[in-house]
Amino acid sequence: MSNLIASTAPRARQLTHEEIHEIEHEKTHYPYPQAVGLEALKIVQKYQGWVSDESLLAVAAYLQIPPDDLEGVATFFNLIYRRPVGKNVILFCDSVACWMLGCDSLKAHITKTLGIEYGQTTTDNLFTLIPVPCLGDCDKAPTMMVGNESYRNLTPTSIDQIIADHKAKA
Amino acid sequence: MQKPLTKNIEKGRAPFNFQQYSAAGGYLSVAKALAMEPKALVTFVKDSGLGGRGGAGFNTGLKWSFTPEPDGGPRYLVVNADEMEPGTFKDRLLMEHDPHLLIEGMITSAYAIQASMAYIFLRGEYKLAEKNLQTAIAEAYVAGVLGKNIHGSNYSLDICLHTSAGRYICGEETALINALEGKRANPRAKPPFPQVSGLWGRPTLVNNVETICNIPGIVTHGIEWYKALGLNGQPGTRICGVSGRVKNPGCWEMPVGTTFRTLLEDYAGGMQDGYQLKAFLPGGGSTDFLLPEHLDLPMLPSDVAKAGSRLGTSLIMVLDDKTCPVGCIHNLIKFFAHESCGWCTPCRDGLPWAEHMLEKLEAGTGSLKDIEILQEMTVYMGPGNTFCALAPGAAEPLQSGLKYFMDEFVSHVNHGCGYKKH
Repeated sequence: MSNLIASTAPRARQLTHEEIHEIEHEKTHYPYPQAVGLEALKIVQKYQGWVSDESLLAVAAYLQIPPDDLEGVATFFNLIYRRPVGKNVILFCDSVACWMLGCDSLKAHITKTLGIEYGQTTTDNLFTLIPVPCLGDCDKAPTMMVGNESYRNLTPTSIDQIIADHKAKA
Repeated sequence: MQKPLTKNIEKGRAPFNFQQYSAAGGYLSVAKALAMEPKALVTFVKDSGLGGRGGAGFNTGLKWSFTPEPDGGPRYLVVNADEMEPGTFKDRLLMEHDPHLLIEGMITSAYAIQASMAYIFLRGEYKLAEKNLQTAIAEAYVAGVLGKNIHGSNYSLDICLHTSAGRYICGEETALINALEGKRANPRAKPPFPQVSGLWGRPTLVNNVETICNIPGIVTHGIEWYKALGLNGQPGTRICGVSGRVKNPGCWEMPVGTTFRTLLEDYAGGMQDGYQLKAFLPGGGSTDFLLPEHLDLPMLPSDVAKAGSRLGTSLIMVLDDKTCPVGCIHNLIKFFAHESCGWCTPCRDGLPWAEHMLEKLEAGTGSLKDIEILQEMTVYMGPGNTFCALAPGAAEPLQSGLKYFMDEFVSHVNHGCGYKKH
């Protein structure tokens, strides 16, 4: 019996009261709990910053969705983060209008200033940089989002200011 | 010029609340609709000539008429607010600045198709639209135009604002339905069409935001009024726009049948100083290039189709003479490759391959064989060979780019990209 090795597989954690409350509210809008899967992941991500294995298993159990199905949904949607992210996620648009208006050189500026490439987080955990498809602000290109805020008509100077503002808030 | 879609909008001012919106003539279509038989309302909308504003342009009333007879079970109206087509930003304008227009349109439309429940499928990044729509929905419930027994009638409707979490394919109506059901957003085979079997197997209509925003005007003011709004007998107005290196990028409401030249020169102020127009995509990243010689075409689906392209969303992306066409197409194919849902082989495997070849061409390591293969791929990824319209859409800028800019592609083989990087 002492030869048994304890499983190191992730286990579901306890969902918090706030998370459960919000998930229950979402459930009232849909006839089946599976439909709430993505919403529930977003709720958990709002509180935890990202969706860990433990969170995913918790949501799957709570909504009675097979974990692999829910993982399939979680990994399909690019705004669900299955890895830890920094306090401020920079969603940098690199679609065609922004590209035409010079987003490549702005992205190089961000990389030089923050020292991170796409998919990486700064060592002070303040910023994660992710490319995002067309943000729908093409008349004000180049554009990006930081958290829930949109920033438009970007220049190296305005980017420096945005970064400084977020550092100050930290 | 009447602008029923944008008359309430003033940039810099908060959107109308329920009282202001009603005082400006809002929500009259709901009472009018409730006094009509739903089937008569469907015919009414069909006769107005309104076509879908999501990019396909199909007659809206006709699309609605394909729903079967009610059988007592749920029926759904879904508003496609997943605006993510590169170069498109018109639905954002409507939702952020006049959310009640969409709500009113939804109530009237839902009644016409006898829907019991309506969803707005909103892209997650549109945070301000989310906030303003939530506020408007709450106000509508308080005012009694949503919920049980609207205006004291037998008709009840609930609206749920569903926010998504990315992925362009969610804008495809059957993929959207799968996403709403809590699944991966792969499209579905059609038939059955959503009108017959959609959300949870029930009759479902999926309509674009701007399409639904046309309904209040049509039902309030009538068909003759709507038909008189466009140029040369065309019905209605539509939101058209411009992005790229023009003096005044943006989007504006204008009569249906306006020409590209009017849009580009009168509204967008023409090209920025020092730049010439080389080509343009008339309706988003998934439409074929048109040339300056096409500028005098009216923005009508049939006229644009005759010129070898697609009107799509009628928001044009301008390619200037200092931007590399191969680089532009590379960026677009990169987008479509990234956004493939992965379901069918031509899209999942064809688009990254095309992206790789375009990358080689841009880097100066491409070959004439690569160009030949790119040409073949526009056929393999064309209509009828794929599970949905994403790959055929991606093929449009590629095939038209190869047609109009072959000399530039060949020059990339011999000399690499000669354009200054942006």
